[in-house]
Amino acid sequence: MIGVNHYLTVAAILFTIGVLGIFLNRRNIILMLMAIELILLAVNINLVAFSAFLGDLTGQVFAMFVLTVAAAEAAIGLAILVIFFRRRGSIAVDDADRMRG
Amino acid sequence: MQLQLQLIVFLPLLAAIVAGLGGRVIGQTASKVVTTGSLMIGAALSWPIFIQFLGGHAQPQVVDVLKFIQSGDLDVNWALRVDTLTAVMLVVVTTVSSLVHLYSWGYMSEDPSQPRFFAYLSLFSFAMLMLVTADSLVQMFFGWEGVGLASYLLIGFWYHKPSANAAALKAFVVNRVGDFGFSLGIFGTFLVFGTVSIPAILAAAPGMAGSTIGFAGMRVDTMTLLCLLLFVGACGKSAQLGLHTWLPDAMEGPTPVSALIHAATMVTAGVFMVCRLSPMFETSHTAMTVVTYVGAATCLFAATVGTVQNDIKRVIAYSTCSQLGYMFFAAGVGAYGAAMFHLFTHAFFKALLFLGAGSVIHAMHHEQDMRFYGALRKEIPITFWAMVAGTLAITGVGIFGIGFAGFWSKDAILESSFASGSVHGTVAFYLGAFAALLTSFYSWRLIFLTFFGKPRWAGSEHIQHAVHHVHEDQGEMASDHDSAHDHDVHAKTGTAGYHPHESPWPILVPLVLLSLGAVFAGQLFHEYFVGAEGGEGFWRGSVAFSEHLAHASHQVPVWVTYTPLAVMLIGLATAYRNYIAKPDAPAAFVAQFPSLHRFLMHKWYFDELYDAIFVRPAMWLGNLLWKKGDEGTIDRFGPHGAAVAVGVGNRLTTRLQSGYVYSYALVMLLGLIGAATWVFWWVR
Amino acid sequence: MIAVIAFYLFAAMTIASAVLVIFARNPVHSVLWLIVSFFSASGLMLMTGAEFIALLLVIVYVGAVAVLFLFVVMMLDIDFAQLRSGFTRNLPFGLLIALVLLAEIIVAANARGAGQIIADKPPEAAQPNIVALGEAMYSRFLFPFEIAGLILLVAMIGAIVLTHRSRGDVRGQKVWKQVDRRPEDAVQNKQPAVGQGVKL
Repeated sequence: MIGVNHYLTVAAILFTIGVLGIFLNRRNIILMLMAIELILLAVNINLVAFSAFLGDLTGQVFAMFVLTVAAAEAAIGLAILVIFFRRRGSIAVDDADRMRG
Repeated sequence: MQLQLQLIVFLPLLAAIVAGLGGRVIGQTASKVVTTGSLMIGAALSWPIFIQFLGGHAQPQVVDVLKFIQSGDLDVNWALRVDTLTAVMLVVVTTVSSLVHLYSWGYMSEDPSQPRFFAYLSLFSFAMLMLVTADSLVQMFFGWEGVGLASYLLIGFWYHKPSANAAALKAFVVNRVGDFGFSLGIFGTFLVFGTVSIPAILAAAPGMAGSTIGFAGMRVDTMTLLCLLLFVGACGKSAQLGLHTWLPDAMEGPTPVSALIHAATMVTAGVFMVCRLSPMFETSHTAMTVVTYVGAATCLFAATVGTVQNDIKRVIAYSTCSQLGYMFFAAGVGAYGAAMFHLFTHAFFKALLFLGAGSVIHAMHHEQDMRFYGALRKEIPITFWAMVAGTLAITGVGIFGIGFAGFWSKDAILESSFASGSVHGTVAFYLGAFAALLTSFYSWRLIFLTFFGKPRWAGSEHIQHAVHHVHEDQGEMASDHDSAHDHDVHAKTGTAGYHPHESPWPILVPLVLLSLGAVFAGQLFHEYFVGAEGGEGFWRGSVAFSEHLAHASHQVPVWVTYTPLAVMLIGLATAYRNYIAKPDAPAAFVAQFPSLHRFLMHKWYFDELYDAIFVRPAMWLGNLLWKKGDEGTIDRFGPHGAAVAVGVGNRLTTRLQSGYVYSYALVMLLGLIGAATWVFWWVR
Repeated sequence: MIAVIAFYLFAAMTIASAVLVIFARNPVHSVLWLIVSFFSASGLMLMTGAEFIALLLVIVYVGAVAVLFLFVVMMLDIDFAQLRSGFTRNLPFGLLIALVLLAEIIVAANARGAGQIIADKPPEAAQPNIVALGEAMYSRFLFPFEIAGLILLVAMIGAIVLTHRSRGDVRGQKVWKQVDRRPEDAVQNKQPAVGQGVKL
């Protein structure tokens, strides 16, 4: 039947897709932020799956906190993106190399 | 005498320091007065010492000044020694130096850095005095190096001229080669005798005759080796054949320098050293033979090259080189007294010739090429008569017991070399006689070209320069007279309207005084220097004076005594014919023997030879070591390389910082995977 | 049976929509696919019995965060023509790395210990999920809860401060200046002469 491994596998695949999305994208920075959301989602699924199968609520509580922080981070990230766009006029990833050494 | 000796030696040093370091503070005139005064005091104190030795009243003395090195067996002190040989040199050095100082008041009057010049002159005098009063070989070497240094500074005095810099460097480097031999000689002497104190060495020298020593894997005679090494040093300093190339180029320095250093004093240091160490040389027949041959060869070589020179100073320079050869081969045959006598007289007449040439150059607005001289005897009469006196002295004019200085000293040398009876002595005699012919020829050639004939200075650049600029000190322009006189002032052909003027008194007074020396020095002192009885009483062991040889030299066949006179007359006649009677003869002669002329003009191709053998390879090696060794290896793996490596590493590392967040994420991911893999595989 | 089908359905949808988030050409489409992904994940969580979290996911993530994304995407005037659709040279390498990572995680997940816990269905909870969560939140996890609130406050202030810009032609108030003003600076008493003006 469906065991915790299945959930973990799904979460793992989601995580990998999110990671791929971060460094494979050449298009825009919003994609990067969305990939981060995917990663967090994968983590959430993991937490909830463990919480359900171990019968411990801690997992779900923590999943809620992750949610909170993810929301906050998305807000700030988008705010920074907006400012970046205002200054540079584009959100192409290749243009974001001002921190170049 | 102790105090006098210390004053003589150290006053010039004091003056040099004062003028050299404080010249800007005390001013030009004060510097000149201080330095000249110190040398004049020295001269005033030296003559009485010399006269005391003449009268046989003085004993050799040593004045200890300061302890220097005391290390194991090596015990060296600063000490001033005075004996007959020293007294002779003291007189020569201080007199000529003080006269040159005075002369420089006039000659260098327009130079902007006079305090420096006078400081250098006094420094040189101090070093030379240290050399001649040295009681140990180390102190002599100190003086040796000191005069070399002063020579370098003075030849390159006009340091903005690249030719002067090159000449100064050449002099120093060639001298260095000689100094290397000298140092090896000192080391060997210390090794063999256990001391560097000159009296101790000279006393122990006969005991070492015939022993052998290991050198470069062979067994050689000890004294021969030591003497030859020391002689190498003398060759360098006294410009003998092989190490002579620096002397003609040293004429880049001002004329007073040439007179003092390259005529009277520094170049005679080699002769002095050989005479001082004569007991050592007496123990080695081979060494003396070598000295004779080298001296005779130099004598001939320099005389031949001197006949084709056009620069007035170069003629006199080669003349010096040739006369030094005479002194050396005199020492080589054992006639040390004659060698020193020639040194003594030569100092006077050679300095006179140089200073006179300087006066001519001064009058001719720094033109030095004799082809632009001519008919100067009416314009600068005092200089003319001084030069004639010098030339009479050097060519050895004299007969029946009356003669100029060179007559006595040069004849003494030639007679001694004939009387020695040895092979090398006889060869030296013939070579010396032929060289005397050439000497007479080029000396009179100089006089005739400069002072006789028609004026030829119109084509000279220096004269043109003088004519088109007004100068207050010498030479007038024809235009100055045009208003007052009219027709007799039209420029005579060849003069371009330039009239040379006699030089000022600081230049003329030394000329006159030196003329007196050139005329009378031989007559007055020959009995003491080379006389059979007087010599013994005079030298008294300070040189290895051979009474036997002195006797024999006075008993040579008559034709030997008249040979110098004969060759002098032949030389005079040839010069007269070529430069007064038939002025086209020289050109015709040159056209007949072009390769000989070229050979002589290139100074027997010594410079080219040395350039090919030593200079080019040394420069190549130096370049190689610099580029490949120093820069390519040491620098590349050292400081420069380290700096560059940091930069390179930097540039490589900054490529990791692309500025793109996704690539940072990738790197983080890689690290994560690596850590996870490690956990899986290694920690299981 | 239903559970299994439902699980695989939700899982497939989650993964598929996640992939499409990355590969969609239009950023708006990417956001929409992200929303689908959230919904499917929410479904997954529902199946485990974490209802509150599942619905929270929909309300917060979809309703707030994804909408925020949409707002920003639409606000930034993105020029589609410029968008490069090609992938980076990193693709093979990146793919390799990602697959390695995936493999490791799966292997770790299926290692001993985790696989023992198998249940058909999660055990029935004693209380409704939300009640249990509430009790836990306000007792054991009170402190983190408050901190979470603070985090949200900071994020809000931060977002406003970052993007706030003052426009030149808008009159605003500087409240602190208003409060700082003293009566003696604001009002002057002047007694002008009749017919004369007042010089201020």
